[in-house]
Amino acid sequence: MTIGLEHYLTVAAALFVIGIFGIFLNRKNVIIILMSLELMLLAVNINLVAFSSFLGDLTGQVFTLFILTVAAAEAAIGLAILVCYFRNRGTVDVEDVANMKG
Amino acid sequence: MTIADFTFYLFALCVVLGGLFTVTSKNPVHSVLWLILSFLSAAGLFVLLGAEFVAMLLIIVYVGAVAVLFLFVVMMLDVDFAELKAEMAKYVPLGGLIGVILLMQLTLAFGSWTYSEGIDSRLGSPAPPLDEAHNTQALGLIIYDDYFLVFQLSGLILLVAMIGAIVLTLRHRVDVKRQDPVAQMMRDPKTAMELKDVKPGQGL
Repeated sequence: MTIGLEHYLTVAAALFVIGIFGIFLNRKNVIIILMSLELMLLAVNINLVAFSSFLGDLTGQVFTLFILTVAAAEAAIGLAILVCYFRNRGTVDVEDVANMKG
Repeated sequence: MTIADFTFYLFALCVVLGGLFTVTSKNPVHSVLWLILSFLSAAGLFVLLGAEFVAMLLIIVYVGAVAVLFLFVVMMLDVDFAELKAEMAKYVPLGGLIGVILLMQLTLAFGSWTYSEGIDSRLGSPAPPLDEAHNTQALGLIIYDDYFLVFQLSGLILLVAMIGAIVLTLRHRVDVKRQDPVAQMMRDPKTAMELKDVKPGQGL
């Protein structure tokens, strides 16, 4: 049985679900939540590249580049906010965020 | 099973296992390392798909920049992770349930779709044959031509992200001695040096 599009879609779906699962599992730890987000974006990228490759259309790969850019920016900003939050509160527990005022 | 098939299964297994251990690992440093394994294996999958440029970009951007950023933050912040992990078991049933439901939905979606009629004639930017242009060249021809505006906008996003990250994390501490370039440049020999006439046999 040769490797087809379905195989790649299965890997991407598994990775996406693992990302969602990770968000639920690590409700308090923002760092792991950000990593789960990266995993989900990676799953989307795998989908895009797989379709692009099997369809013979390069548009998917171009958009993978843009998703990569946005993911990198998101990680940088997210971690900067996290560092700020940690300086103020001394913890990365996100359940306290609701207490912030102003 | 050919070598290509074997490679696919190896990389796919590494991607999924890396993701799984990223979210379940007790130590966040280990999480980051599993994340790196996942990214590297995904890059391998991309190479198998014939998307070399995106694969190399994945290694440079994700492994080289994003994962190292995570590693720095994890090591810089002195967080008591054991406390954060304490309630992890509480969320396993809910997370597992939602995961299974989502997996079933994805299976439904992926199991019953087909290409529409005449898809080959409606491709946005068909990939040229390999002997005409390789992957990187073909991508460059498209990005700097059809998607030029989006390309510039993504550069703008990176600029905004850079400024934002600097503004958020920069802080001026008052108890640190800093260099004062203006004061340094305004010095002149007259004020910088003082001549004392020291008598022999006496101190100052």
